[in-house]
Amino acid sequence: MRRGAALLRAENVAFVVFLAFMLVYPLTTDEFSILNTAYFMAITLMALSLAMIWGKAGILSFGQTAFFGIGGYLYGIYTLNVLGAGATWVGILVGVLAGALTAAVLGYFMFYGGVNDVFVGLTTLALTLVLQTFMAQTAGPEWTVGEARLNGYNGMYTPQISVGDIPLFGRPLYFLYLGILVGVYLLLRWLAGTRWGYGLLALQENRPRTETFGYNVRLMQVQVFALAGGVAALSGVLYASWGSYIDPSSMGLTAAITPVIYVAIGGRRSLTAAMISSMVLLKLSQSLASEAPQYALVIFGVLALLAVLFVPEGFVVAIFNALDRWIFRRPSAGERVAPSEVAADARRAG
Amino acid sequence: MDGVFNALYQFQVSFSLLLLSAIGLAVIFGMMGVINLAHGEFMMLGAYITTIAGTNGAPLALAMLLGALGVGLFGAVMEIVVVRRLYGRLLDTVAATWAVGLILSQGTLILTGPSMQGISSPFGSFSVGATSYSWYRVALGLVSVALLIGLYLLFMKTKYGLRARATIQNPSIARALGVDTPRMYTITFALGSALAGLAGGLFAPTATIVPFFGVNYIVEAFVTVIVGGANALVGTPIAAALLGAVNAALGTEFGLYIGRVGLLLTTIVIIRVLPDGISGLIDRWRMRPTDSRSGR
Repeated sequence: MRRGAALLRAENVAFVVFLAFMLVYPLTTDEFSILNTAYFMAITLMALSLAMIWGKAGILSFGQTAFFGIGGYLYGIYTLNVLGAGATWVGILVGVLAGALTAAVLGYFMFYGGVNDVFVGLTTLALTLVLQTFMAQTAGPEWTVGEARLNGYNGMYTPQISVGDIPLFGRPLYFLYLGILVGVYLLLRWLAGTRWGYGLLALQENRPRTETFGYNVRLMQVQVFALAGGVAALSGVLYASWGSYIDPSSMGLTAAITPVIYVAIGGRRSLTAAMISSMVLLKLSQSLASEAPQYALVIFGVLALLAVLFVPEGFVVAIFNALDRWIFRRPSAGERVAPSEVAADARRAG
Repeated sequence: MDGVFNALYQFQVSFSLLLLSAIGLAVIFGMMGVINLAHGEFMMLGAYITTIAGTNGAPLALAMLLGALGVGLFGAVMEIVVVRRLYGRLLDTVAATWAVGLILSQGTLILTGPSMQGISSPFGSFSVGATSYSWYRVALGLVSVALLIGLYLLFMKTKYGLRARATIQNPSIARALGVDTPRMYTITFALGSALAGLAGGLFAPTATIVPFFGVNYIVEAFVTVIVGGANALVGTPIAAALLGAVNAALGTEFGLYIGRVGLLLTTIVIIRVLPDGISGLIDRWRMRPTDSRSGR
């Protein structure tokens, strides 16, 4: 009974409403919108990966697009070389593992070296930019892996996820992507609630103190970084398969900033908020893009800035909190979490 | 002989590129612990102001000075309006400054279109052996050294410098002794921004003037600051020299892209060994006899 009452929070209600909407939506609309929404779901996985490391472990990574790109390219390289419908499913795994492995290696160098906070941001952003410049110059025919031509800015054409010999499209594709999105979301929420997840929350507030409690802080940082790298790579795989195409601009600077903006606007501490915010903003961005593409990014930039300055918990989380207070009559999530600002102040002073 | 000169020339080109790109970012980071992710866009802004002034008849040096001043002013405003509200929230500062950068680059794209008529590189060229070299690139190297000397004098010989160093060492005690630390932060942020604007202006004649001008330099700026650490006067030049050597060697041999990849890989290996960069190493070495200060 108590457990049931604890589950009745705005965040969970919002997730159920979101899921119900996503289940019904494809029955009410045309093929184009269905495919379009599948694309949103692929990108939203990247926002989830960022919410996991930034919100739950306090690691701000700008490298999620790099892992996204690695996932997409590795999926393409594998499926172009190993043909057949079964290979596309193995390809997903290959892409995800490649992203997770790259993240683990980079994470090892960063976290075991004692690099934290802003330097993680700088290093990951540098990785993103370097990967982009590297992929951009692979236009020549010498940049070929087996059958797969990387093809620089012309982009690489990749096979689509297939069952039998038929590429998935329309509703089956939509429901596959929805299943993956919801599955990853539930996995991350479950992980955040485990002992390990609470350890992450602790190290976000105070690393030395967490270490003295016997947690292996560095290992946990590498683990969560690799996990998020894998999720971002999965996002890239689904994107590449969705459009049967990937190019270096998917890991450029503009691409790198978008998940950060979606998560900052929604609220980094809540996976649900990040997911919903990302879906809504992607939709909004697309509507704006047809009118005036440059304005979309300026508007999002202003929104993110306002969020960081005035609603640091994020707009969606602020709504959750308000609902929790007024309807569900319980303290909002933010009030139950130790204020990280105090810890950060203490670090600065010390 | 030609080969030696070529290597030296390439090295000083890489060195000045890394140093000029990074110095503004490093000054701000060293003082406030804040990484200004709008740094590239600040450089872009400096390049635009310089180019607009230059094409409207201002002498090049004056145009560059205007660029530095304009961006410095913008930096002061940004410190007061945005950064100050986020003290103690480092990651939020990073996200906020990045949002500012996005607004700046996209705003410039909307206002001025995808590109702008540039100014040509002055001073012409000279040749050693069969290879032709640009005098302007040599001038950039000299400017970097002059800038370092200027910054050294500013931080070591002026009242501002004394107060700034006090603030870096211990903000609470500096405040207790009557240093207006918030004002120091504003001035330093403005100084760092002005240096970014100046760097943008200095690079303007060598590059195409586009709203994403800054992207070409931020990798260089980031890796130099990461390797250099918190001390802009000592760490940054050493890091620029070290990475400049790597970049020049790889770049001449394998091309620009591999040079950049080499920069990143070198940096990743260095942070494994020196998480606080070269400044951290020097601090540790200086503090060796009485290591009373706790490590960061």
